[in-house]
Amino acid sequence: MTVHFKQDEPDNSNRLDGMKQGVLGEPLPRIEGLAKVTGTAPYAAEYPIENCAEGVLVTSTITRGKVTSIDRRSVLSMPGVIAVVDDEKMCTRAAQGTANEAPTQGPKQVCYWGQPIALVVAETFEQARDAAKHLKVEYREEDGAPLDPNAVEPEGQEDETVHQGDLAHAMAEAAHNVDVTYTTKGHASAAMEPHAAIAQWDGDKLTVHASLQMLNYNITELAEALDMEEENIRLVSRFVGGGFGSKLGISEEVVAAALAAKQIGRPVRVVQSRQQVFQTVMRRSETTQRLRLAADSDGKLTGFGHEALVSNLPGESFAEPVLQSSHFLYGGENRELMLKVARIHRMTAGSVRAPGEAVGMPTLEGAMDVLAEKVGIDPVELRLRNIPEQDPEEDLPFSSHKLADCLKQGAEAFGWDNGPRKPRRRREGEWWIGTGMASAARVHNIAEAKARVTLKADGTALVETDMTDIGTGTYTILAQIAGEMLGLDPKQVLVELGDTRHPRGPGSGGSWGAASIGSAVYVACKVIREELAKKVGISEEVLELSEGKTATGESLTDLLEGNDLAREGHYEPGDIEDDYTASGFGAFFAEVRVNHYTGETRVDRMLGAFGFGRVLNAKTARSQCIGGITWSIGVALTEALEFDPRDGHLVNCDLAEYHVPVHRDVPDIEAVLVEERDGAASPIQAKGIGELGMCGGAAAIANAIYNACGARLYDYPMTPDRVLAAMPD
Amino acid sequence: MRPFQYTRAPSLTEASHLTAGEDTLAIAGGTNLLDLMKLQVETPGQLADINRLGFADIENTDDGGLRLGALATNTETAVHPRVRADYPVLSRAILAGATQQLRNKATNGGNLCQRTRCFYFTNIDQPCNKRKPGSGCGAIDGVAKLHAILGTSDQCIATYPGDMAVALSALGAEARISGDKGERNVPVRDFHCLPGDTPWIENVLEPGEVITGIALPAPVGGTQIYRKVRERSSYAFALVSVAAIIELTDGKFSRADLAFGGLAHKPWHDPRVGKCLLGQPPSDALFDKAADILLEDARGFGENDFKIPLARRTLHSVLAQATEGAA
Amino acid sequence: MADTITVNGTAHPVPDDPRVSLLDFLRQHIGLTGTKKGCDHGQCGACTVIVNGIRINSCLTLAAMHDGDSVTTIEGLGTPDEPSALQRAFLEHDGFQCGYCTPGQICSATAMLEELAANWPSDASESLEESIAISGEEIRERMSGNLCRCGAYANIVAAIEEVAAGGRS
Ligand SMILES: Cc1cc2nc3c(=O)[nH]c(=O)nc-3n(C[C@H](O)[C@H](O)[C@H](O)COP(=O)(O)OP(=O)(O)OC[C@H]3O[C@@H](n4cnc5c(N)ncnc54)[C@H](O)[C@@H]3O)c2cc1C
Ligand code: SF4
Ligand code: FES
Ligand code: FES
Repeated sequence: MTVHFKQDEPDNSNRLDGMKQGVLGEPLPRIEGLAKVTGTAPYAAEYPIENCAEGVLVTSTITRGKVTSIDRRSVLSMPGVIAVVDDEKMCTRAAQGTANEAPTQGPKQVCYWGQPIALVVAETFEQARDAAKHLKVEYREEDGAPLDPNAVEPEGQEDETVHQGDLAHAMAEAAHNVDVTYTTKGHASAAMEPHAAIAQWDGDKLTVHASLQMLNYNITELAEALDMEEENIRLVSRFVGGGFGSKLGISEEVVAAALAAKQIGRPVRVVQSRQQVFQTVMRRSETTQRLRLAADSDGKLTGFGHEALVSNLPGESFAEPVLQSSHFLYGGENRELMLKVARIHRMTAGSVRAPGEAVGMPTLEGAMDVLAEKVGIDPVELRLRNIPEQDPEEDLPFSSHKLADCLKQGAEAFGWDNGPRKPRRRREGEWWIGTGMASAARVHNIAEAKARVTLKADGTALVETDMTDIGTGTYTILAQIAGEMLGLDPKQVLVELGDTRHPRGPGSGGSWGAASIGSAVYVACKVIREELAKKVGISEEVLELSEGKTATGESLTDLLEGNDLAREGHYEPGDIEDDYTASGFGAFFAEVRVNHYTGETRVDRMLGAFGFGRVLNAKTARSQCIGGITWSIGVALTEALEFDPRDGHLVNCDLAEYHVPVHRDVPDIEAVLVEERDGAASPIQAKGIGELGMCGGAAAIANAIYNACGARLYDYPMTPDRVLAAMPD
Repeated sequence: MRPFQYTRAPSLTEASHLTAGEDTLAIAGGTNLLDLMKLQVETPGQLADINRLGFADIENTDDGGLRLGALATNTETAVHPRVRADYPVLSRAILAGATQQLRNKATNGGNLCQRTRCFYFTNIDQPCNKRKPGSGCGAIDGVAKLHAILGTSDQCIATYPGDMAVALSALGAEARISGDKGERNVPVRDFHCLPGDTPWIENVLEPGEVITGIALPAPVGGTQIYRKVRERSSYAFALVSVAAIIELTDGKFSRADLAFGGLAHKPWHDPRVGKCLLGQPPSDALFDKAADILLEDARGFGENDFKIPLARRTLHSVLAQATEGAA
Repeated sequence: MADTITVNGTAHPVPDDPRVSLLDFLRQHIGLTGTKKGCDHGQCGACTVIVNGIRINSCLTLAAMHDGDSVTTIEGLGTPDEPSALQRAFLEHDGFQCGYCTPGQICSATAMLEELAANWPSDASESLEESIAISGEEIRERMSGNLCRCGAYANIVAAIEEVAAGGRS
């Protein structure tokens, strides 16, 4: 039985706070943790499937044109080689997040260097990898594919455009103004588990073990790509070795494995090589951003401008939503926001952790630091003065707003010195030391979600949904929500995720997972509680459950009388999505050291304070925060995709040369969780936390670099060469 | 990886004999060779495993120096008590390279022979004169941030990426090489080649020659520093590195052995740089003069232009550190 | 007798195809998938195993080169019923998120503590000759060969520090 709840109104009842089990929010270790630390948790490529053949993708060595011939004979006689697959249904790009339709298909048409064009299948991985390198392919190349985002006429994105008042005038009249242009380089998700799939057919039924974030969309994408009914497909992703956007949609290996398995009549495993993951899945677009801030003599904004240029392949709907939080973070009645997309033939641009704010916030918050200096006030104070009463562009209230609290609590916990700020005040040997701060903001997303909760006759519970846990803590928080509602130790709650045989969840992406699926579980549990209350003869509101018993000592097992009680919760966000501007907020504080001679920067300590609604598990929430801050360090200092200027290929396509932060780059990080309840965000008053930790953190580091050594940089990442170029003598 | 035959070389003579063949490569730690074989940058038909040939010891030599077996691992070398005490610049250089896991497997011989990290070299679908003579150099008009500023040619601008050999150059170490024509010693300073018109030739090893060891001269003391500038605080190749052995007598340089990494196709040792310091008291002006000499012929390729000021400043930093309190 | 590799105490024959890396041998030939493949090129540390007491990247070595060797993988360090001290500390400190880098981190940390005990210096050590004090910076440098994209580093270091200080034994 399904219970549907569409949320049109905020729910400020905070029912979960009245429950008696007392486990929600507790810092419990992850319930799947033992499996992970002992190496017994199976990831996509690790299922022992009999008679499984190995497939390796072949990728294009031209930028744009047609594959005119593939010489199968060049590999079919090689030892172990079984087949070459170049089916027209093969995908050549990954699906964008929530695409819900097949990604671009047709491997004969080449649109970027490194695009998958075929799959070679062999008995062993070594045979397949070698044969894939040997496959002879001929192309007809179309020259002149545009590759430089600054050399083409970009397309405007109308729905992102805001013209309000007269910004030029406000800039001219302002007591203080800032007009700066930033650049950011592209980023890779670089999840540690490479994209992988094992496909097996049983008649016309297909099962794929894959590494995916959003099975609810992925099943539709795969069905459409293969021209099949969803009923005939089962996707399994019980453990996902990180996604960060790169596994939102299905990518090339999933479809290729399914087609190959059909063609050869055997299960096929396809794992992308690390280089392929870099070159064929998703990049975060590079950006060029102009920030204009006009302020009165007190630093109050009168004008706000943010324009951004991003890029993508022709035909891709995704444009890095750089301005997402700029629309509402600060006031200023005269506003100009504009987003443009350059169509170029680099690989697909798509979602990488915190699409938009990951690069929009570091530039905005860098510009705010410049403004604070001009106005001559403390940068924390500048932010406090500019928190708007309501959404500055739309006539909407904020669902909740914790920026001021985060700024204050963060400053306090960090020991922020709000005295006059001048660069180059502290030096230890070769190192300049300084501090910086920035605000954090990330729009709140919420999505439709379903989950089945079964209260078993034996007094344990089972939660089932096709929602995934990509390291976010879903397994654990669902056990905690169900445990809290039903009065059970979370150990008594079995959570089954990542299998499309279960009800459709929301998928893990856009930080909406926990709030959305948590709400579905909440809805299901609430109805189960109603049933139980009926049996006891009281109303649900007064039913107290803990340790498997009611307040009057009746046990769940007695109440159930040998029967399971199962309900499917179906949560759907209604008008709350339109009636409020909802966002997570926070503040970052960093202390860095910059080497005077070499321009190397090290982060000595970093702190983030975040308000993101109800904390469901203090341990996993904190981990999400420190993970996000770790990414902030990468954005600030090390991460940059480099593309060849002549053929557009991604040059630094491995983990040696694309520099994700290593242990030594990351100091102790402190996260302050600023508790709040946001009833307009979800019925469990929770918002997302997976991305907020990297939305602005890079600016705290950039601002600290300036404070340390006087080098004001406008280009991310701030590698030694760039710091040196900006370093005063 | 192409199929290959795996042979465990039973003796040094046999190893020489095997690797004299066109199609056979020696494998030691394998951390560079297997990386490149998976990418099909290297495609040997046969691997001669030299790991059980025995030259893995680290021994004192009669002249008070130390002999490092070519098959001793980078870790065994870096943690050896005598290396730590007498050749700290070498310990430091090794510890600044790669990771503990890699150093635990990487051998001294293999480290000397490791190949460039040029992106175009490791991508077989791109032009590269080093990998495929005559195909062109992908880096010169491409992405060349890592590339060389000294000793480049119009054929190749790659760097030698290693750290250990930079310290060995500063120390004046010699490689012991054995082949069918017998044994020879080659100073590490002369072991690597400049690209010239033959960028595929990276060092002086002839077919069939195997490095058996590295001889360190008797200890020289002094202040020994290895300074590596990189884009991460660990696990990244050098943008620029400096190995320095510095001694002051009566406030003046009496020893200044310097070598540089990240600048050229080989560890860069220009004797004029150290020489200009000798007999002089340390000063900013003197450090600048040393940098002028070092960088006299430096040339950037756009993205790597920064290495010129970076090398200057890093040298400055190292000299300042080495002479701290003396100036 | 065929050449064998001993893994967690059990001897297995060396594979016929010399191309097989030690990593693929573990994962595909003998079904020990606890050891992860993150890059296959020595760039991430997910494949870290302990061979004859020394940690290495199993992706950059051939199985054929290890006959007679003794390999310890994550499965050999502890089990869900009997986790090792480090495994328990990782669980308690949430030293992981997605879990994919985790076996490599734990194998690495296990061997790293031995290296510290043997007083091997690192790039972070102040002195090469004196005995090395365990510090956050030492641990971070020594663990830098193990990438964690989820960004669990701070928690991993906390877990290791606890075990290094004698906790959870
Ligand atoms: C991700 C990564 C990061 C790295 N970072 C660094 C770094 O920062 N600094 C640094 O210095 N290095 C770094 N390295 C390189 C590493 O140090 C080398 O791979 C290693 O030293 C090579 O030694 P090996 O014994 O494994 O060589 P192999 O891979 O076994 O051999 C390399 C080459 O040398 C030849 N060879 C080996 N031994 C001999 C011999 N005795 N006589 C003749 N020829 C021989 C082989 O035929 C082969 O061509 C890194 C490597 C990786 C994968
Ligand atoms: S720099 Fe040398 S190694 Fe790099 S592409 Fe050019 S020729 Fe090849
Ligand atoms: S898989 Fe071996 S280091 Fe990445
Ligand atoms: S836990 Fe996901 S990569 Fe480390």
